[in-house]
Parts: sequence; structure tokens; C-alpha cells
Amino acid sequence: MTTAKQTPLYETHLRYGGRIVEFGGWLLPVQYSGVLEEHRAVREKAGLFDVSHMGEVLVKGPDAFTFVQNLVTNDISRLVDHKIQYSPMCYQDGGVVDDLLIYRQGAEEYLLVINAANIDKDWLWMQENKKNFSIELTNLSDNTAQLALQGPLAETILSQLTDTNLAELEYYWFLPKVMVAGKETLVSRTGYTGEDGFEIYCRPEDAAALWESIMMAGKDHGLLPAGLGCRDTLRFEACLPLYGHELSKDISPLEAGIGMFVKLDKGDFNGYAALAEQKKNGVKRRVAGFVVTGRGIARAEYPIMADGRRIGTVTTGSYSPSLDKNIGLGLVEVEFAKVGQQFDIEIRGKNVAAQVIAKPFYKREGK
Amino acid sequence: MKTPTELKYSRDHEWVKIEGNRVRIGITDFAQSQLGDVVFVEVPEVDSNIAAGAGFSVVESVKAVSDIYAPVGGVIVEVNEALADTPEIMNEDPYGEGWLVVIEIADSAELGELLSSDEYEKLIAEGGH
Repeated sequence: MTTAKQTPLYETHLRYGGRIVEFGGWLLPVQYSGVLEEHRAVREKAGLFDVSHMGEVLVKGPDAFTFVQNLVTNDISRLVDHKIQYSPMCYQDGGVVDDLLIYRQGAEEYLLVINAANIDKDWLWMQENKKNFSIELTNLSDNTAQLALQGPLAETILSQLTDTNLAELEYYWFLPKVMVAGKETLVSRTGYTGEDGFEIYCRPEDAAALWESIMMAGKDHGLLPAGLGCRDTLRFEACLPLYGHELSKDISPLEAGIGMFVKLDKGDFNGYAALAEQKKNGVKRRVAGFVVTGRGIARAEYPIMADGRRIGTVTTGSYSPSLDKNIGLGLVEVEFAKVGQQFDIEIRGKNVAAQVIAKPFYKREGK
Repeated sequence: MKTPTELKYSRDHEWVKIEGNRVRIGITDFAQSQLGDVVFVEVPEVDSNIAAGAGFSVVESVKAVSDIYAPVGGVIVEVNEALADTPEIMNEDPYGEGWLVVIEIADSAELGELLSSDEYEKLIAEGGH
């Protein structure tokens, strides 16, 4: 048994009243003031998250482009310096190793940001795929802390702490060596909440001071510290997949409904043949969004039933604070994935009615 | 954390208010604070029989699903219908508006198993188990 790790902000979380839980091998706050209050703060104002558990791998060398292009399903030839791309990373059978962000730092240098729970597995997978490529792989995970400032007021708050003009930083672009409150950081306009916002990478020893500076800057703007609980409800409403739920080694990106990040025209890559076959013949299962029309909350792993048989499984389900409805995502047989389709969620042995609705459940207005 | 002295408590964090041969039951202030924002409550049907220690209700917060176990056995004679539309009253007023059910007691000897407010506070102080 391994012991759960602490991020550099562990003491800070305790001081801010965070309720600590174990997540992906890390001790992190599930909530501070309350999941609903934090959720609303991020949708309406801003929230600050510790996401230091995320992993970072640097790919550097003459073959960096070819290596990454082979590793992921998206087409990184579309990237330029300081641009970011989201992509699944697949096995040969089309199942997903992980989903990640790719930061192009230079023509021969890419930073890959991966899920905390998958760091060891991804690292091994990348080593296996290194083959004869002339690259150097460095696992920066333990030397990198990350804060996520999310919400419509994120730009207003962060701008108080830096001379960099953040208004010019577009969605899915980043800037290296940005001084924030006197600390050197990498700032990207990205997030996992469905809101505008920034992810701020820094040295572990600077994380606590940065956290305090940002909280101070946001004091009059309604900024709240935000935990993993609302991180999940926020990403879920925006239908951003979570590895282990909507994506896994047994669920392909096409089944998960994120085929726009699979670029079959870029040439061969890990999973190409399997995904090309799925695309040609159509997938048999698909992740659908649904609203529970009966009484009950769907939860991950609950069976989805129709015509007296099981036709799928809930991948994520929750009360949705923004919609004030009980909604879910589920992997179902493809003929049941159409908007308007009805099926039942089996909740504690009882069938509760649900109906397929359009995704995403929540989309922000403006930037 | 409030633990009114006039109430009895179970080790599973329910409070019990004795009203003649009936008991009113809810979850404690400690329980609601541990659960977080309550967003759904499943209550049993009136007239159903429940045994002491059996799960008879489910309270769901945003992140967690929790079974509620009957502190005493008997027949459900009343359920709090307001929880269907306003489950948050369980957080806001756990000992008042947020009550869960009223049970007609089958065996009053079971009441002897319950804790006083002092004993319950001690239980929480020791980690709640």
C-alpha cells in the first residue's frame, strides 16, 4: 500500500478549512465552504483550485514532433509555439491510455500535461513508445505545482498581479516566464470547468505564496477556494470527459463523443487502424447525456435499462447546480444515444425514467 | 456543532425525539456537515415496517450517497414531504424543518440503546465511529 502524497499546498488547504480526501493517490480538498457555493462562485465570479497533482512530462529533441504525433490522436502539426492542444492518447486497439494537454514550447519541445492517477502508467507508455526516436523524456511532475483560477472574473483578478497583458492571451494559448506576484510562472488560458480562466504552473516552493497573493487579489471579487467536488460538477456540466469515467482503456475517443480530437488524415499513429475502422463502420456504443425525469440521482456505474435489458452504464451522474436538475452521462448502445430517446436508470434496484438531451449541459456565454 | 440535550442519538448519527409511543427522527448537525450539501432524499412509504438497524432512507449530497439506518424499529407513520422539493432544509435546520420520519415504536426497550447528548458528543470527539 502506498501512502497518499501531499501537494505543496496541503497546509494551506487545512488553514482554509478544506476537507481533505484521497484522490488519485493525492490528499486534496474535496470542498472548503461547500460544493454548491464553490460551484456557483466559479460560474458567476471565480474559484481557485490546487491542481498540483497533475503530471507534466517534457518531450525534447529533434524527433519530439514525430514522437508526440505518433503518441496522440490529435494533429500537432496544427500547433505553433505557445499554442495548446487537447488530445486523447490511445492504445493500438483504440482504447485510451490518458487524455492530455500538449503545450508547444518550441519546434523540438513539447510539454504534456497528464492526469495524476495515470502518471506512472503514462510514463511507462511513453518510454515504450520512445523506441529509436531521438528525444529526451523528463518527468517534471514532482517539480511542478499548478493552480487553476477559473471563472468570469479570473482575468480581472490575475491581471492585478502581473504586468503581462492577459487580455491578449487567447483561449488555449500560453505564455512562459510570466511574473505573477513576483514569482516566475507559466500561464495558460485553459481549464477544466467550462468557464474562462487560467492554469498557472509554478515551482512547488512558490505555490503557497502564489495562492495567498491570488486569494488576496480576489478578495473583493467573490473569489473562493474551490475543491475537487465542484471541479467534478463543473467539468461534468460542460461535458468535459474524466479519465476512468467517460474515457478508459475500454472506451475509445469516438465512443466518448470526442472524435473531433481524432485526426485520421494526419497519417499513422497509435490506435489509427482501430479508430479508422470504428469511424468507417460506426461505433456500437456512445456516451450520451441524459436528464433523470423520474425521482433520483444517477451515479457512476448504475445500469441503464431499456426494453427489459441492460443497454449501458452511467459514467458520471450528479445533481447539476447550474441546471437544478439531476443529469448524467452514460455509455449506451448507439441506437439509444439520440436526443429525445428514453431509457431507465436502475437506482437501488428501481428503474427511474431518463431522457437523452443535447451535450454539453452547460455552455458559457462570451469568451 | 449543535447537539440538543432533550434529544437521544444513535451511533449512526441520527437524532431521536420521543413523542409518546412515537419517535421523530432526523440526521444530526454533525451528520449534515459531514455529508455536505444535501440534494436528494429518498424517504420510505407511510405504513411500511422497518426493523432497528435496517436502512430505510437514502440521503444524497452532491458527491455522496448515504444510507440512513433506523435507530428503532416500528411502523412509519409520517414522512417529511418537504424534503422532496427542498432537501437543503436538512443542512439548514437538521433538528427542526429537516426531520426525516416519524416511527411508531414496536419495542420501547430499543430506546435504551440510544445515547444521551453528552455520550453522542463524546462519540463525535472520538472521531464519529
